[in-house]
Amino acid sequence: MNERGCHRLGVAAHHLIADTAGTETFLRRYIFSLDHKVIGIQYLVTALFMALVGGALAMLMRAHLAWPQSGALDPAQYLAAVTMHGTIMVLFFLTLLPSAFGNFLVPLMIGARDMAFPVVNMLSYWTLVPAILTILASFFVPGGPAGGGWTAYPPLSALPQASPGSGVGQTLWIVAVAFLCLSSLLGSLNIITTVLALRVPGMSMGRLPLTVWGLFFTAIMALLVFPVLLAAGLMLLLDRVAGTSFFEPSHLLVAGQVLPHQGGNVLLFEHLFWFFGHPEVYILIVPPLGIVADILATFTRTPVFGYRPIVLGLGGVTFLSLLVWAHHMYVSGMDPLVGGVFMATTIAISVPFTVVLVCLIATLYQGQGRIRPATPLLWAIGMLSLMTTGGLTGLFLGDGPADIYLHDTYWVVSHFHFTMALAALSGALAGISYWFPKMFGRMMNERLGRLHFVITLPAMYATFIPMFFLGLRGMSRRLYDVSFYHFLSGAQPVDVFISASAFVLGAAQLLFLVNFLWSLAHGPRAGHNPWRATTLEWTAESPPPHGNWAEPPAVYRWPYDYGVPGAVDDYFPQTVPPARAAGKTHA
Amino acid sequence: MAPDGPRAQQRTAWLGLLLVALLCGTVLSFAAAIRRWGPLPLASVQGRMIDHVIGTWLAIAAVFFVAAQFFLALPLLRGGRRGDQAFIPPALTRMPGIAAVTTVAVLLVADGMVLAMSEAAWFRLYSAPPAGALQIDVRGRQFTWVFRYPGPDGRLGRTDPRLISPSNPFGRDPADPTGADDIVTVNDLHLPVGRPATFRISALDVIHGFNIPSFRLKQDAVPGRLVTVWATPDRVGTYEIACAQLCGIGHYTMRGTVTVESPRAFAKWMASQAAARDAGRHRVASVPVAERAAGTPGAR
Repeated sequence: MNERGCHRLGVAAHHLIADTAGTETFLRRYIFSLDHKVIGIQYLVTALFMALVGGALAMLMRAHLAWPQSGALDPAQYLAAVTMHGTIMVLFFLTLLPSAFGNFLVPLMIGARDMAFPVVNMLSYWTLVPAILTILASFFVPGGPAGGGWTAYPPLSALPQASPGSGVGQTLWIVAVAFLCLSSLLGSLNIITTVLALRVPGMSMGRLPLTVWGLFFTAIMALLVFPVLLAAGLMLLLDRVAGTSFFEPSHLLVAGQVLPHQGGNVLLFEHLFWFFGHPEVYILIVPPLGIVADILATFTRTPVFGYRPIVLGLGGVTFLSLLVWAHHMYVSGMDPLVGGVFMATTIAISVPFTVVLVCLIATLYQGQGRIRPATPLLWAIGMLSLMTTGGLTGLFLGDGPADIYLHDTYWVVSHFHFTMALAALSGALAGISYWFPKMFGRMMNERLGRLHFVITLPAMYATFIPMFFLGLRGMSRRLYDVSFYHFLSGAQPVDVFISASAFVLGAAQLLFLVNFLWSLAHGPRAGHNPWRATTLEWTAESPPPHGNWAEPPAVYRWPYDYGVPGAVDDYFPQTVPPARAAGKTHA
Repeated sequence: MAPDGPRAQQRTAWLGLLLVALLCGTVLSFAAAIRRWGPLPLASVQGRMIDHVIGTWLAIAAVFFVAAQFFLALPLLRGGRRGDQAFIPPALTRMPGIAAVTTVAVLLVADGMVLAMSEAAWFRLYSAPPAGALQIDVRGRQFTWVFRYPGPDGRLGRTDPRLISPSNPFGRDPADPTGADDIVTVNDLHLPVGRPATFRISALDVIHGFNIPSFRLKQDAVPGRLVTVWATPDRVGTYEIACAQLCGIGHYTMRGTVTVESPRAFAKWMASQAAARDAGRHRVASVPVAERAAGTPGAR
């Protein structure tokens, strides 16, 4: 888009905001808001609420697995818990975080007054709400919620007679996921357009903070793959309610009956699902990588090491993420030649990823002796530790022959918990504690934040490292009771240890919840820039008003002028022009 | 407002210690767990290749894990020892590029080597079975494994999916005489030691996972598809089959046994199975789903 078009979009957004400021009803201001900051916070609060629901399910699962004879859950309920825990945590908690951060931060970090399409932005949140209500409602329908795993493979998920968890609950699951896809599409369109079109003069792409790069790449991945999930879901829905046979071959024998389907292909769903599913996990980790980069710079008071390699690395990950999906299907009956292609791309994607991690760790080296261990930095470092563990264990799964043994075992469960539940979550916690002052105008409590971290990180390791042992032993996923298998007779004590650690981990999150809620009401008031950071959002008030600034900022430098000679303090915000820098003080 | 000064430096050092503690805890617990409770003893020839690949990755991952976590902790442990300089020296602008290119080069070489090894193993695992391999039809169904052996004529009878019914789960064509002597068992697989066995795998209702951990053998049983894998058992003993793909509420009960025995014992077993079939005592399990799942925990 040319400069004139950008200017027009920006002006239009400005008028939309300015016209409504001060004349809004409560409904318009806080519920159906057009303000990107309010929408971002709506996403954040929704995500945190769903995390509580998903976390409660996890506690239920762990209680059952430690004491399976206790009868707390029957097999159908256990599988429902497994399915809904996975679905809620991946799709309705972690997937909302890029929208939460993206909506709040992107306009602020590029100097814009709001997103490119404020009405579409509002609609993106309010398309999410039916998704949330539907997935929560599915708990209460006859037959219970979906029970075929968050992966919902047909024919199990397509045939109500194949499982109690394939009843109405599974239909509602598909409807909820469909709404989520629509919401995500609207949101990612907005982010991409905003980044390309609404950057303030001086904010070239090469001066974007890495947080924005991460969110930008993520939006591209989301735009490309959520439609595929939507298609897969709709086809599954039609199979369930309209008698089609997209995924059911002929002569299925279920519950004593030969079914009338014809011509469907079971593996088609797996291809469609994982074409979405693999980029999805990069959608969850790429924003945290960008966020961690910015936080490392702020709290080591040095520039990020390797800005360009990181951007190229994130871009490489984005591109390759679309080419690796079938590593989830290595044992589905795949020819080794095809498998080899996916093995190559899967191992290849670890290369740009590792470049990014190396640069982030190198930033710490660059800043040693200047490290400020505030809560955001603790989580940033936690994220690097957890991602290292998670990433290395993924290499096993990307390798075909190794995956033959480890597929569908607890090795997989531990690997994706390390990368998603632990690393991505740590990145999100880093981001929340870092931008809380900007969002709410108050500081979170440092002591409570430190305590939360110090308990949570070891509890994360204690809960999930033993799962690798279970996986190496060959223990299958989604087992209601392992006592059926002689070779798993040693698993029970391990399960008890895991569950005990999980309870500690779950309980520790209450510290975060208390900190968050208490600080909202009673935290010390935050100034413009409590962390002395360089990026544009810290030049606005805390929280910023409608339209973010009275006058949009002008940008003169990249976001990492920390520790630069010539500054009175040890940094130059992006708004400080180079010529007049000497002797200038900063708020 | 970020913490600064000696207190902060101390905290940073403690953080480094925490990471080192987690590193040590992970490595030690891994070593202990693998020693006392690692993968089951290997019982197939092909499994050796998989163990070799996994072992290679374990070695690589161990080295990188220790190095990465230690290098992450090092700048923290060094805390405030370097002193708090107000300004860093001008960064060497070519360093990031060098670091990136070095990382890429090292990874490509290391990964390339392992990839080549794994791909070769994968091709061998899925190579054509030798002539004379014992052919066995495998079907997963909620929630049992059904096996079909060729009888004394050594050939499996013809099947047709259009003939599939509850009493004929393989869709055996009664018009084909070679199928008359086929032997069907439920959850009970017997194999002669040292002889390659070919498994022709499919499923009747939903996706199951045919999984023999002791053989390092795993293959999805997909309705509408027939996938062939083969392995040569090389240790006498009894091993377990565990379903490796969520297939419904009885997924956890979908256990079978593999008995690897001498060829003579195997022949004896086949004869007894044939006799039982002829005496009409054989019946393919078609236990209804509800009944099966009501099997209480601990029941076999």
